[in-house]
Amino acid sequence: MMSRGTRLVVVLLALAVACALPFTLSNFRLFQFTQVYIYAIAILGLNMLTGYNGQFSLGHGAFYAIGAYISAIMMDRWNVHYGWTIPVAGVLCLVVGFLFGLPALRLEGLYLALATFSLALAVPQILKYFEHWTGGSQGLVLSKPSAPFGLPLNPDQWLYFVTLAVLVVLFWLGANLLRGRVGRAIVAIRDNHIAAEAMGVNSALYKSLTFGVSAAYTGVAGALSASAIAYVAPDSFNVFLSITLLIGSVIGGLASISGAIFGAFFIQFVPNWAQDISKAAPWAIFGVFLIVFMYVMPFGIAGAIRLLWIRARRSRVAQVPESRETAPTQAPTSS
Amino acid sequence: MEVFIQQVVSGLATGGIYAALALALVMIYQATDVVNFAQGEMAMFATYICWSMLNAGVPYWGAFLGTLVLAFLGGIVVERVVIRPVENAPILSIVIVTLGLLVIFNSVAGWIWTYVQKPFPSPFPSKPLKAGNVFFSAHDIGEIVVTLLVLLCIWLFFKFTPLGLAMRAAAHNPVSSRLVGIRVGWMLALGWGLAAVFGAVAGMMIAPVLTLEPNLMGGVQIYAFAGATLGGFTSPGGAVLGGFIVGVVENLVGTYVSFIGTELKFTVALAMIIVVLLVKPTGLFGISVVKRV
Repeated sequence: MMSRGTRLVVVLLALAVACALPFTLSNFRLFQFTQVYIYAIAILGLNMLTGYNGQFSLGHGAFYAIGAYISAIMMDRWNVHYGWTIPVAGVLCLVVGFLFGLPALRLEGLYLALATFSLALAVPQILKYFEHWTGGSQGLVLSKPSAPFGLPLNPDQWLYFVTLAVLVVLFWLGANLLRGRVGRAIVAIRDNHIAAEAMGVNSALYKSLTFGVSAAYTGVAGALSASAIAYVAPDSFNVFLSITLLIGSVIGGLASISGAIFGAFFIQFVPNWAQDISKAAPWAIFGVFLIVFMYVMPFGIAGAIRLLWIRARRSRVAQVPESRETAPTQAPTSS
Repeated sequence: MEVFIQQVVSGLATGGIYAALALALVMIYQATDVVNFAQGEMAMFATYICWSMLNAGVPYWGAFLGTLVLAFLGGIVVERVVIRPVENAPILSIVIVTLGLLVIFNSVAGWIWTYVQKPFPSPFPSKPLKAGNVFFSAHDIGEIVVTLLVLLCIWLFFKFTPLGLAMRAAAHNPVSSRLVGIRVGWMLALGWGLAAVFGAVAGMMIAPVLTLEPNLMGGVQIYAFAGATLGGFTSPGGAVLGGFIVGVVENLVGTYVSFIGTELKFTVALAMIIVVLLVKPTGLFGISVVKRV
C-alpha cells in the first residue's frame, strides 16, 4: 500500500493536471472529461454499496435518473439556480435510497440483483408516465449554466470546474467515511454479517444507510449530468446505463476509491474508440472486458496497480536485505 | 364476459412464454445457484438464427427444430467456455459474467442483423378460431399447445429417463452424485443446454407477436423473473405456474386498470417481484434453504 505521503503527492499531481486541462483541450474534449468526473462520482456511489458493503445493485441508473430529473424539473419548472439543485438531488436521493434499502435488507444476493435489475428496466417507463412533470418521451431541454462573477471562462470550462470541485469534495468525504470506523463496519458486514453483528454493528441500519449514501452520490452525479448535457430524456436512463455504471465499477476495481476514476475513464473513452468499428461494437467490447476482467483481474485496474506497486516495493526491498522485516506481505483490501 | 375470456386466453398464451423462460432460469438456478441474466438474450439470438434459416428457405418446422438443436449446443458451449471458469467464484462475479454475456449477445445480434425490426412468421393460421361467440387468435392457441408440449416432454425426460434422474441428482447433491459416478460438470452443461432450448422456444413463439429486434426479450425476461419469483426459484413446477399467472395478471391489469394500460407494464412486473420478495421470499411453492454458518 502506498504511504500517506506518496498518496498525497499522487493526488495533488492529478489535481494539478486536471486544473490545467481546460486551457489546453477543445470544448468537446473538455465536455468528455466533465462526463468522466460525473461517472466517477456515480461509480464511487456504486462501489460503496456493491464493493464495500456487498449489496448488489444492477439498477443504479435509476438513482442517476432521479437525480437528473430532480435537478431538471427544479430548473425547468421553478427556475431554481442549478447550484441549489445539486444538493437537493443528493438529499432526496439519500432518502429514496434509504427507503429502497429498507426492503432490500430482506433480499440477499441474487434476489437483490433481480429487484434492482427490474427497477432499472422499469425506470424509463415510469419517467414517461409522469409526463406532466418529466415532459414525457420528449424530455426537458435546459440551458447550460454560464460562469458567474464575470470569470473569463466559457460554459464548458465553468461546468468542468464545478464538476471537478464536487468530485474532489465527494471523494474526500467518501474516503474519510470508508477509511474510518463507519467504513470498517460497512466492510465487516460484507465479509461476515453475523460476526459484525456480534461485535455490535447495527447491520440493518448500516446497510440501509449505505444504500442511501450510495444513492445520494449517484443522484448528485445525475444532477450534474442534467446541467452538463442540458437535456434529460427517459430513454437515456435505460437498463444499459445501470450496466454501464456496473462495468465502470468492475473494471476500475469494485472495492476501491481510485478505481471509480479508472472505471469512469474506461466507460467514457473506450466506446468512443470502439464506435469506429461498428455501432454495436462498444457493447460487445464492454461485455468481453467484463468477462475477461472477472477471470484475470477481479480487483480491477485499481487492484492491478496496487499489486504492481507492492511487487515493485518488494523487489526493491529484496535488494536491501536488512529492511526485509518492514516489507508488506499481503494485499490490502482498500487502496 | 367475452372480453374477459379472450384476455385470459391471450394471457395464458404469453404466460406460456414467460413460463418457458422462467423454467429455464429456475433449472440453471437449481443446478448452479446462478440466475442467468443472459437467458433472454440467448433466446433472442436463437430466434435470429431461426429467422436466418427461414430466410434461406428452410421450411418453418425444419428451422424450428434446427434452432432447438443449435440452441442446445450453444447453451452447452456457453456453460463450458464462459461459466465454468467462474463456477466457484463469489455470486457477484458470476452475475457480472452473465451480464457480460447479456450485452455481448445483444450487441452481436445488432451487429449481424441490425437494429431494424423484422417481421417473424407464425406457423399457425392467421384466421381466428371461434368458440361460441368468443374469438381466439390461432397463434395464441398454438403458443399454448407448443408450450405445454415442451413442458410435457421435459417432465417425462426428468421423471422417466436415467439421464434425467442423473441431472436431478447432480443438481440436488453434487458430491454424492460424483461418488456414484455421475459426471456432475457435464450434467450442469446439459442443464444449460436444455435451458437454452426453452428460451429458444419462448423466443420463436413470442417473436411473431412482438416483431424481432435485439431488445425482443428484455420485457419477456423481467416477466419471467416475476414468474420465477412468484412460483419460487426452488420449484420448477411453481415457476411454470408462476409464469402463467403473471401472463394472465399482466393482461387483465392492462385491460381493466385504466391508469396502468400498457405504459407501465414493466412497473407492474417490478411491483410483483418486490411484493413477492417482501411477503414470501421463497415464492408460492419454494422451500426455504437453511444454511449452516
